[in-house]
Formats: sequence, structure tokens, C-alpha cells
Amino acid sequence: MTPIEFAEKYGLTVSSPGEGDSREIGGVYCCDLLSMVMGRASENDAFLTVMGNVNTVAVAVLADVSCVILCEGIQLDEPTLEKARAQDVCVLLSPEPTFQVALKLARELGMV
Amino acid sequence: MPSLKLQYQVDGTDFTRAGEASSSVKKNLRKLGMPADIIRKVSICLYEGEINMVIHADGGVIDVLVYPDRIEMILADTGKGIADIDKAMQEGWSTAPDEVRSLGFGAGMGLPNMKKYSDEMRIESTVGVGTTVYMTVRTGASQSA
Ligand SMILES: Nc1ncnc2c1ncn2[C@@H]1O[C@H](COP(=O)(O)OP(=O)(O)O)[C@@H](O)[C@H]1O
Ligand SMILES: [Mg+2]
Repeated sequence: MTPIEFAEKYGLTVSSPGEGDSREIGGVYCCDLLSMVMGRASENDAFLTVMGNVNTVAVAVLADVSCVILCEGIQLDEPTLEKARAQDVCVLLSPEPTFQVALKLARELGMV
Repeated sequence: MPSLKLQYQVDGTDFTRAGEASSSVKKNLRKLGMPADIIRKVSICLYEGEINMVIHADGGVIDVLVYPDRIEMILADTGKGIADIDKAMQEGWSTAPDEVRSLGFGAGMGLPNMKKYSDEMRIESTVGVGTTVYMTVRTGASQSA
């Protein structure tokens, strides 16, 4: 499933489409400590977080995740969003808690 | 002789720009057709190093040398230096200010991540003079130049 397909199915807002319609979600990683994300997220993971600053975008690029999903209604400010768009990072927004979003992804990916 | 040499000045005052050097290196390595796992390792090493130069020093200079069989990274700053390198290498040990922590860094995992994702790492540091971090990521089979 691609990030955009996931967003459409569950009504998440596509804040920056990036490569969200060409990459497949390979796994799920939830964390707000960006160094932990750098070290532990796998390539193509959906990266779920409430940390919405410009470094979130940099980490997404460098860790090569398939998308960032900002949970709990967190939004990116305009300069950060511009950066995400410029770097082709797919950013989705959900009003739900991280766990709820992760659970949906887990079901879609056949993990549970 | 390296087949590609890249150099970046890291601005020590602007935390939001940290990552620009790492992103640029990533793009360059992609253009060279480097495997994704190698690019990821280099990206993680450089980004953590770049963040450290901004948080703990006043910026600095990053040199990246691409050789047929390896990528060498040299991150040099003239910041406050590290008094106890062994301690700094421990996961969770950090002197980062709260303001940095609230942005998702300062968990004390930067140097351990750099160690984990590089094949070789060496730190030279003198308190009050500065810090230089040397890292090497091997690219495996040596390609013909
Ligand atoms: N370039 C540097 N200059 C001075 N001190 C540094 C530098 N890099 C790391 N340090 C010291 O080492 C500690 C651990 O670094 P690191 O593992 O990256 O964790 P963090 O950056 O989250 O604190 C830092 O808190 C800091 O005290
Ligand atoms: Mg650090």
C-alpha cells in the first residue's frame, strides 16, 4: 500500500504528497526522538510522530522513510512544509493518536 | 585519489538548516549510483555529526571524500571540545540544552549512531580548541575508477 492509498482509505490529510504515490509502505516506526528515528527506523517505514519541526523532514529524507504521518492533529508550519515539498517527502496528517494510526497500518500490512 | 570531493560550511547558529550538507551528499551519492544502504549509512553519520556541530560547537567544516572502495567523512569544528570521549560515546549521555531536547534531539544517541553506521570512527578533541570526527563507510567491491 502506498502512503497516498492509506490516506485515501482512512481519510488522512495529504499535507505534502512527495513520493507518496510511488513508494510502498514497508513497515511502521513510531517515535518522537529524532536520533532514535535516525538510528532505528528502516527504509520505507511509515514514520509516525508528533514531532513536527523542520528536523522531522530532514530525518525523513536521510532515513529514507516512505512517509511521515503527523498524529494528534499536529501540523507543519509553512517553511517546514515547503521544505517537505521541495524534498519530495510525503507528509500525512491525522487527528488520531499515534497508536490508532499505527494499528490501522499494522492491519493493512498484515502484521496483526 | 578520491573520485569525488565535497566540502560544506556548517552554520552553527541556525538549527533549522542542519541537514543541508547531509542532504546534498545524499543527492550526490545517488547520482553516482551508490547502493541505497550505503547512502543511508553515510546520511545517518553525517546528519548526526552535523547536528552535533550545530548544538555543541559553533558550526564547522565537513569534508566528504569518495574513493572507489570507501567514503571518508571528516567533520571539524573549533567548538568547546569533548572532555571525556568515552563518556560522550555512551548511549544516553548528553549535555544538550532543553531547547534542543524539545526539538527531538539531545537524547545522547548521536555519537552511538555514528559509531553503529560507520565502519570506522575516530574522534580527536581538545577542550577549548575543538573536535574532529573521522568516519569511514566502506562501499564493498572496489569499482574501477
Ligand atoms: N562536536 C562536538 N563538540 C563538542 N561536544 C560534542 C560534540 N559532539 C558531541 N559532543 C558531546 O558529546 C555528547 C554526546 O553526543 P551525542 O551522542 O551526539 O548526543 P547528543 O547530541 O544528543 O547530546 C554531547 O552531549 C556533547 O556533550
Ligand atoms: Mg548529537
